Amino acid sequence: MPAFRTALRSVLVAGTALVALTGSAGADEQHFPLQSYRVGPYAAGGTGFFGGFIDYLNLINTRDGGVNGVKLTWSEGETQYEVERGVEVYERLKSRPGIAAWNPLSVGIAYAMVDRITKDKVPLITINHGRTDSTDGRVFPYVFPLLLNPYSETSGIVEYLGSREGELDRLKGKTIAVLYHGSPYGKETIPIYELLAKKHGFKVEQIEVPHPGNEQQSQWLTIRRLKPDYVVLRGWGVMNPVALKTAQKTGFPANRIVGNVWSNSEEDVIPAGEAAKGYVAITTQASGAEYPVLKDIIKTVYDGNTGNLADKKRIGSVYHNLGIVNGILNVEAVRAAQAKFGKRTLTGDEVRWGFEHLRLDEARVAALGAKGLFHSINVTCANHEGDGRVTFQQWDGAKWKVVSDWIAPDWATLRPIIEASSATYAKEHGITPRNCAAEENATHAAAATP
Amino acid sequence: MAATSTPLDKSLPCLSAKGIGVVLLLTIAYGIVPLVGSSYLYEAILTPFLALSLAALGLNLLTGYAGQLSLGSSAFMAVGAYAAFNLSLRLPFLPLPATIVLAGLVAALAGLVAGLPALRLRGFYLAVSTLAVQFFVAWVLNRFSWLSNDSPSGIISAPPLVVAGLSFEDARGRYLFSLTVVTLLTVLAWRLVTSPTGRNFVAVRDNETAARVIGVKVARTKLLAFGLSSFIIGVAGVLWAFAYLRTVEPAGFNLDRSFQILFIVIIGGLGTLRGAFLGAGLIVVLPLLLSRFGAALLGDGFDSGTLEMCQRIVLGILIVAFLIREPAGLSALLDRAVRRLRPSA
Repeated sequence: MPAFRTALRSVLVAGTALVALTGSAGADEQHFPLQSYRVGPYAAGGTGFFGGFIDYLNLINTRDGGVNGVKLTWSEGETQYEVERGVEVYERLKSRPGIAAWNPLSVGIAYAMVDRITKDKVPLITINHGRTDSTDGRVFPYVFPLLLNPYSETSGIVEYLGSREGELDRLKGKTIAVLYHGSPYGKETIPIYELLAKKHGFKVEQIEVPHPGNEQQSQWLTIRRLKPDYVVLRGWGVMNPVALKTAQKTGFPANRIVGNVWSNSEEDVIPAGEAAKGYVAITTQASGAEYPVLKDIIKTVYDGNTGNLADKKRIGSVYHNLGIVNGILNVEAVRAAQAKFGKRTLTGDEVRWGFEHLRLDEARVAALGAKGLFHSINVTCANHEGDGRVTFQQWDGAKWKVVSDWIAPDWATLRPIIEASSATYAKEHGITPRNCAAEENATHAAAATP
Repeated sequence: MAATSTPLDKSLPCLSAKGIGVVLLLTIAYGIVPLVGSSYLYEAILTPFLALSLAALGLNLLTGYAGQLSLGSSAFMAVGAYAAFNLSLRLPFLPLPATIVLAGLVAALAGLVAGLPALRLRGFYLAVSTLAVQFFVAWVLNRFSWLSNDSPSGIISAPPLVVAGLSFEDARGRYLFSLTVVTLLTVLAWRLVTSPTGRNFVAVRDNETAARVIGVKVARTKLLAFGLSSFIIGVAGVLWAFAYLRTVEPAGFNLDRSFQILFIVIIGGLGTLRGAFLGAGLIVVLPLLLSRFGAALLGDGFDSGTLEMCQRIVLGILIVAFLIREPAGLSALLDRAVRRLRPSA
């Protein structure tokens, strides 16, 4: 019966080969669709952020062979920061298998995606920006404004100004002028500055700069008249360098101007030249390439000529490092979810669970090679921001230098406002907020049963 | 601003070849597309295409038929979208069709006010005055947060699309909803341009003095054109916000959008109804097809920024080539192609 045996063997071999083939085609990949913007007015931010994100995913693939053997893949669609293009890219890429999360880095696109991703059950990451009330994960289960939302940013800036005076109480009687971009984004924090001014007893003057902000003479003359102790720059695009230049012209010292997260990049200060020297800005991630994770990226990715940034001088810039931190958070969320659901391609909902259990303390951050790059994060079901700390950096004319400790915003004061806003949203949309404690118990019970 | 077609040749569509074409298109749009399309086709291509076609149709009434140049189209879209949002929020008992009609009327009112300078201004001067509307509306929406229900970020989310208990919430529903609204308003526009009012529009466009001499009330006609056009553009704004993006922010209705709508009209063909659809096809759908084609051809590995630049170059060349070949727009190009195919007609 040798013929029969040979036939049997060949069938077996063919069968195993088939299993191996289908196995390698379907499993072990986690996908990141990217709505990037490398063209248009915000290309500088887009190339830096998405470059950093891709560089980190590349590093994990090359250095570690993926996350526990699961390869990370990505695809890009150009949005030019336009909402309808972002939606088009979402619709185009959403059918890709194994999508982990969406990371648009655009408030407008993120807003248009909230309904869509909630229906499709995939996380939407809006690191450092996005809807403030989406911090409340009970109402927004799939939206994650990681590290910092606009309210925390405001509080972080006030805490920092307090530390400049010695302590928060010394802000009493001081005057802070807020120069904000004339857009929904710029106006979002007006009530929070008012609230904090009342709480800490300082005076706040909020001055609008109409979009795009390339003419600010009258605003700065007002500032000169008000003689504020500090100016907070809540700018956007060309408004930032123009503010710094006009401040110099009207004699306001740059080291008393503090920028927010959209006024903190190299692109905001370099066009202002000398006028930007001494300017301070908030950030969630330090800039510079001296951190181990960046050294790894340079060694593994850029020296292998697979780096995403066209200009290597931008390695370690503000947006590049934000992209790298964003990469760390996404990858660690996938890792957390894998620990629970298994080392395989996860569904969006499983990755959501991973984000809701994304706990990186300082020791873990150091182990990831990011000590000093960012502080820590602790995301929970109810708190999708994750108590990110902020730090402040000063422009010395050539690069940013960290000038403060890691500062914790006053979350306790902000939480009730966030919950009131998310409750309104829940009512408008007929959402019953999740019961986080019950969900946690249910997953524990499920984990206990084999 | 002379257009090639006259409104008269659109009468009796049921008997003409054009009528058969329209019936065929509607059969495909209602009968076949909902059966075979994917969610991508509905959500990313057809719904925005329909919304912008409708906006272009509205502008074509004003610019193509009545000869009044306007750069404020997206402001009227914004007025329509925000009016619909506020109506559905503050008068929740109103059924959705009533909300849409009322939102259109609010936009029409805004259009009437914006049209007042047209009684004294013409051509480029009028364009500049409509530009003021563009910025004024953006300013108002930004300034008065009541209009966005005091949402801290100023961005509002659209209510669900439900008509008489029937939900149009899924991708196909949104498409069919938009298609129905666009069809109804296109029929309305077609009735209008074949009516004496439509002929008055053309008379005012071609020679204001002559129109006045033969007894056309020029001021009334101009304002009517502004009102009707803004009504349609306002409804297009509702579709854009409610059916397509499901979110509204003032920045989404900027000057770029106004230009986009004007280019759709110019490229599609001034003074023709189908020009709006042809132009929207070129401006909205072609870039997407090019982008898909480019991505398929060059793969994901290619820098998406470079790819985007290449598409822009290709699209720009195509537009220039089209307009050299046929300055009267795609509509005239189509006419010529049809004539060539049927030499006897």
